[in-house]
Amino acid sequence: MRFATILGAVGFATAVLVGGLTGAAQADALDRITKEKVLRVAVPQDFPPFGSVGPDLKPLGYDIDTANLIGKELGAKVELVPVSSSNRIPYLTTGKVDLVISSLGKNAEREKVIDFSAAYAPFFNGVFGPEASTVEKAEDLNGKTVGVTRGSVEDIELSKIVSDKVTVRRYEDNNGTISAFLSGQVELVATGNVVAAAIIERNPPRLPILKFLIKNSPCFIGLNKDEGPLLEKVNAILAKAKADGSLSAISKKWLGTPLSKDL
Amino acid sequence: MAYRFDFSSLADYTPVLVQGVATTVGLTLIGGVLGVGIGIAGAAARSSGNAPVRFAVGSYVELIRNTPFLVQLFFIFFGLPSLGVRLPEWQAAVLAMVINLGAYATEIIRAGIDATPKGQIEAGASLGMTGPQIFRYIILGPAMGKIWPALTSQIIIVMLGSSVCSQIAVEELSFAANFIQSRNFRPFEVYFLATALYLALAIALRWLLARLGDRMFRGGARV
Repeated sequence: MRFATILGAVGFATAVLVGGLTGAAQADALDRITKEKVLRVAVPQDFPPFGSVGPDLKPLGYDIDTANLIGKELGAKVELVPVSSSNRIPYLTTGKVDLVISSLGKNAEREKVIDFSAAYAPFFNGVFGPEASTVEKAEDLNGKTVGVTRGSVEDIELSKIVSDKVTVRRYEDNNGTISAFLSGQVELVATGNVVAAAIIERNPPRLPILKFLIKNSPCFIGLNKDEGPLLEKVNAILAKAKADGSLSAISKKWLGTPLSKDL
Repeated sequence: MAYRFDFSSLADYTPVLVQGVATTVGLTLIGGVLGVGIGIAGAAARSSGNAPVRFAVGSYVELIRNTPFLVQLFFIFFGLPSLGVRLPEWQAAVLAMVINLGAYATEIIRAGIDATPKGQIEAGASLGMTGPQIFRYIILGPAMGKIWPALTSQIIIVMLGSSVCSQIAVEELSFAANFIQSRNFRPFEVYFLATALYLALAIALRWLLARLGDRMFRGGARV
């Protein structure tokens, strides 16, 4: 009898433990969010214009606006959790947040651990030039001068795709590249859309317009695995926000350009 | 030590390095000749010209000697395009070096001119030589002979200073080193080689200028 009791107690404890451990991942996050009316979102605070801290010490940026948009659609209060790029996925997998909206790119390793929504923000390297330039692909650069920041991803990628006929001017840092473009020392620059956005923000006479993409890795919202209903809901919200232009407005606000149709 | 030295990884980049050395030598050659030319003209103007000319040359010398070379370079390359003067990086670099060396050389050569004994100038005048003749045959030669070592050092400083031209994407030796380093991630090997090359260039230039000085100004200085 006593043995059976012990056995029973152990079994019960095991059940509670296992249930408790797996419960976090299996419980329907969407149910909890609608019940408690709180959506917890991991956002960056050191990566403008996606996420930074404003003068009033409140986080602001593309990711924060996106989080608020989703929170509003879900009818939940948004609780912003500042994360760094190295701990944003652990915050999600340990159940501290429901969503990671932290300029997260998709790759195979991450897809093993978490799920991704549809893309919500553009993130790419490309060749930018003034409105009048007719460059559309790498071959069009022949005979032209392109500025790039030495040693950057776009420098390495650009060097692979251009021929000897292209003059590549490599500057020490992004400021050098930007100055060279703004002063007209180079006709085109290869850089990230975030850097281009920083130029557009200053409203210079020479606006950098995207001519073609070098490397595209848009941002996705990260969710825990097996959160089908929440994933569906988030994707539906994103689809609606893309259709009615509210996501494009966020893009215009923080990146200076509306969303492209193919995102 | 965990770091493994691998100088063989530099072999692929030999053309970049050769081009870098050639550009540094080219910049120094043109910058040096034109800069010393400006220096001679500036010194002549400052020691014998009229007051407005002296003031103008003095202002130029003080402006250049009291501002950093990098800022002068950025002003020419990034700043002047706003005024409609757009120089390609190579010309901007040469111009900055000429202007910079010109200011220092003006002061150095002026010191040599000031050291000319007055009696020699009066002797020239009593022989019926004109002002330009006196400057050319009596003042300049001995003056250059006296200050030649100082001028040599200044030219070498300008050559070493040309390394900052990599900031405006002039593909000289420092640019080559930075470029290679950003591709093969071997900073020790790359910068070790770049340092050795600069040292070799500086020693070669000093030797060359010493020979040149001997040939050109010893006769004048001996008089």
